[in-house]
Amino acid sequence: MAISVKVMERPDPESTSYLRAALSGMALTFKHLMNPIKVTQQYPEEQTELHPRWRGTHVMETHADGRPKCVACGLCPTVCPANCIRLVGGEDDQGNRFPLVYEIDEFRCIFCGMCQEVCPVEAIHVGQHFENAEYTRDRFVYDLDRLMEQDHPSTHLWDPSDPASE
Amino acid sequence: MEPISGIWAYVAMTLKVTGIFTLVMIVVAYATLAERRVSAWIQDRRGPNRVGPFGLLQPIADGIKNILKEETLPATASRVFFVLAPMIVLVPSLVTFAVIPIAAPLPTPAGVVDMIIADVPIGILYVLALSSLAVYGVVLGGWASNNKYAFLGGLRASAQMVSYEVALGLSLIAVLMLAGNVTLTDIVWQQQQLGMWFAFPLSLAFILFVISAFAETNRLPFDMPEAESELITGYHTEYSAMKFSAFMISEFGHMVTASALMATLFLGGWDLPGSWDNAYWHEGQLISGFADDGSVILANPALWKTAATFAGFAAKTGFFLVLYIWIRWTLPRFRYDQVMALGWKVMLPTALAYVMVIAGAILFLDEVGLDWGFSYGLVLTGVSGLATFGFMFFLDRGKTISGAAVKEPQKSRVDRVPQPAALGE
Repeated sequence: MAISVKVMERPDPESTSYLRAALSGMALTFKHLMNPIKVTQQYPEEQTELHPRWRGTHVMETHADGRPKCVACGLCPTVCPANCIRLVGGEDDQGNRFPLVYEIDEFRCIFCGMCQEVCPVEAIHVGQHFENAEYTRDRFVYDLDRLMEQDHPSTHLWDPSDPASE
Repeated sequence: MEPISGIWAYVAMTLKVTGIFTLVMIVVAYATLAERRVSAWIQDRRGPNRVGPFGLLQPIADGIKNILKEETLPATASRVFFVLAPMIVLVPSLVTFAVIPIAAPLPTPAGVVDMIIADVPIGILYVLALSSLAVYGVVLGGWASNNKYAFLGGLRASAQMVSYEVALGLSLIAVLMLAGNVTLTDIVWQQQQLGMWFAFPLSLAFILFVISAFAETNRLPFDMPEAESELITGYHTEYSAMKFSAFMISEFGHMVTASALMATLFLGGWDLPGSWDNAYWHEGQLISGFADDGSVILANPALWKTAATFAGFAAKTGFFLVLYIWIRWTLPRFRYDQVMALGWKVMLPTALAYVMVIAGAILFLDEVGLDWGFSYGLVLTGVSGLATFGFMFFLDRGKTISGAAVKEPQKSRVDRVPQPAALGE
């Protein structure tokens, strides 16, 4: 295939008047100056709608009685590439496993969503939320209670068998 | 109506100095905000609107931030001159306002107060002298920083300001010839007498003056001294905190002064259409004009007239300030050789030729015996209109945009180099 070259038509500098060109440029900027449609998003007031697959702050799903769904199987700390999940499991009288300690370091987390993918009981999720600023660094280690308190919607991860999410 | 005298004159002077200085500083502060907001609007953004209603407290926040920041002094900088430069650059930009009349005279119980700090007889020469002083601060700041970018910025500033001072002065000559005086009060009075503002009978001088004023204040498209893409920020690269702020204040102070000067010289200063507001000290009397038989018509100043004319002056100055900002966010920066070519090859000859044309026209009109008045102005408007047409449509073709390189298109050429004879033949 032949390469086509687009030649820009430039006015001949010998016949161009800079002052008049400048004036037409000023007319253009004036049009934009008067244009009421601005692209700036007024952030705290106007929130961006997050996409369903947005992976942000984690959520721990709970049972109706308030217990975490987590069964302390240990898959998420194993799969976590950033090694940001600390899990200590416990077992009650009936042999039900539950997490004694479940901490996620949101600073270390790379928000890959593999913990949600690997979870057999759909307990840990990444969520559609990003505003997690704090005043101290240790506040970024989310413990179990804090993970259960998160009330933002959790992420719908991409399903290879249903690529268009239908 | 007597001019104010005695102890009250000192009181009035103190109030005027304080008031006008405060006013200029406030306008400078809000010009920085206006620059940011207008630039944002031109780029379809919103600009700073968080501090106070509509962002109106932003300049105060900026000021506080600049005061609290660390003052740095480069280790290799020349300590004395490094500290001295912001002062030298700041003072001329603020004191120039002293000779610009801002409103019609104000009547008080103690006498009539002129709304100008110092009505010095040298008027416009004082402005020119001080505006050329500002370049010393810039050059000194660039040199004392001991930084190559700052140094280059200072060098460019000196070359540019000296070059455009010539065109600035020459375009002023037309105004001075027409007004017959260098005092700004007199220039305003002559525009009132002519019945039209000098922007019309001296349209080409107006255009040349505006362009030169842009170059003098180092604003785009002439901001070679602080060309960000080439020189970081030029002469104030090494400055921080309040010293940097001083450079910014002086830049905006120059803008405000130049705007007020353009308004005074070419748009009638505080003059509003009609003769109701005219006022001028003529042989100890405040007059508003001359009757047909040569007797004077006394003016009667009033507070509302002062207020209205001040509003007119503020509107004209504001127009030029917005023009400054508007042009900054429209036009790209010139190349250095283009700045020099425009200054020396276009502006200087045009200004010189225009001085000749206007001098000839004024001489001709005086010989014919046409009275100083509206028809006098109309004839000059016609002459200047032709000159402006010639300037806008013929003279700047190919000269202003392109530099020397574009004038002669490079033709590719292949020279046949004679092959050296083969060895052994």
